Amino acid sequence: MTAGPLVAVVDYGAGNLVSIEQAITAAGARVRLAATAAAIDGADLLVVPGVGAAAPAMERLRDAGLVEPIRTWIAADRPFLGICLGLQLLFDGSDEDGAVTLGILPGRTVRLAGAPTLPHIGWNQVERRRPHPAFSGIADGADLYFVHSYAGLPAGGLDDEAVVAITAHGARFVSAVARGRLLGVQFHPERSGRDGLRLLANVVGLAAVERDRRSAA
Amino acid sequence: MLRRRVIPCLDVANGRVVKGTRFVDLTDEGDPPELAERYAREGADELVFLDISAAPEGRGTLLEVVERTARRAFIPLTVGGGVRSVDDMRDVLRAGADKVSLNTQAVADPDLVTRCAARFGSQAVVVAIDARRVSAGTGDARFPAGYQVVVKGGREPVGLDAVAWARRAVELGAGELLVTSIDRDGTQTGFDTALLRAVTLGVEVPVIASGGAAGPDDFVRAVRDGGADAVLAASIFHRRQVSIAEVKAVMAAAGLPVRAVDPGAAA
Repeated sequence: MTAGPLVAVVDYGAGNLVSIEQAITAAGARVRLAATAAAIDGADLLVVPGVGAAAPAMERLRDAGLVEPIRTWIAADRPFLGICLGLQLLFDGSDEDGAVTLGILPGRTVRLAGAPTLPHIGWNQVERRRPHPAFSGIADGADLYFVHSYAGLPAGGLDDEAVVAITAHGARFVSAVARGRLLGVQFHPERSGRDGLRLLANVVGLAAVERDRRSAA
Repeated sequence: MLRRRVIPCLDVANGRVVKGTRFVDLTDEGDPPELAERYAREGADELVFLDISAAPEGRGTLLEVVERTARRAFIPLTVGGGVRSVDDMRDVLRAGADKVSLNTQAVADPDLVTRCAARFGSQAVVVAIDARRVSAGTGDARFPAGYQVVVKGGREPVGLDAVAWARRAVELGAGELLVTSIDRDGTQTGFDTALLRAVTLGVEVPVIASGGAAGPDDFVRAVRDGGADAVLAASIFHRRQVSIAEVKAVMAAAGLPVRAVDPGAAA
């Protein structure tokens, strides 16, 4: 039996990494916290977590020399998971503070519209717009945990081909996107109990398949 | 639809969960990580962990207990007690907290709320407000809503109107408020829904109700009458007077949206 895939979790001082490390370990992978570009080398899955505002996050990623490595990784269609702010940063820019972000997915991070309370904090239903293997074994409409006031809006809106799932808090917003081996989720799988751990295990499993495919090639 | 949260609270002193009436007469209720895991399994939507041992030498212990707790429960964890700077908040987040709660220090240094929110985002900053009812008939103009803010475990009044302070805390950057009725805390006489209503009408952020839970009906009233987004309780869960599943069943029967407890999860 081979060891679990190696997951590089980008560490740029953006909050709680303990729960992500613990949850990914529970999913059968090995975790390496990556504060430098070199620490990403050799990983089978790259995870960008994060909470908070876009501008300071981008500044820290730049200071750590991680912006280009993340772009290169995704451009090569390597397995990638962005969580919360780690998803929002993939878009062109953020209305939260005007930050120019990674520009990997066309679209912007916008404030949740019509929300009865902000931030949107708590468990809410994630409704799938199309099948994705990361959600295998998780009921459509499952409750997952959110804590945010902004969300990425793809250029094509809620009907954009990248949209995997949507959630309603006031208006509907995009709660999961995917393109190739990139997955981004607005909720926190590491804090979403059994279903969240299931999603992480699925993502780790997909990374293991890709690792084996690459090593066989 | 966003679910209304049920939140067990772990009051921690010297590494143990304790509970007392009105913050005094503390009794030992167990090991924080063990209780956290039990509550996560039984359907808790989130956990609040309050360090009530103010001793500065307890810092290292606290971070170690936070980390052990965070590793056992795959649900969100808010940690409060003793956070006095942005660096303190960073340390608590790095130990595994998802949110940090500021109470006495937010009153003493309101700009701390702003600095923490700027660094980690409003969603990670909870301002905890301990409110005490002002005796009826005093007509004290400082407290138009009838509640004043108290700090240091409810012992010390600071001359602030509780509702005005709630609004100010949100302006400063709080993403959530944890509102405790000091009059009701530990008394099991029900939440102070008038206090909750006064606060929730004035702010857009979610409000967690605290202080006074006796049974499931109190949770319903805190949401329906008080406008709370989440409801917190400690001793009734620690002592198994009522289970999280029972609370949620009564809330659901009252038409409130709650997250289902995993089947077979309740021990």
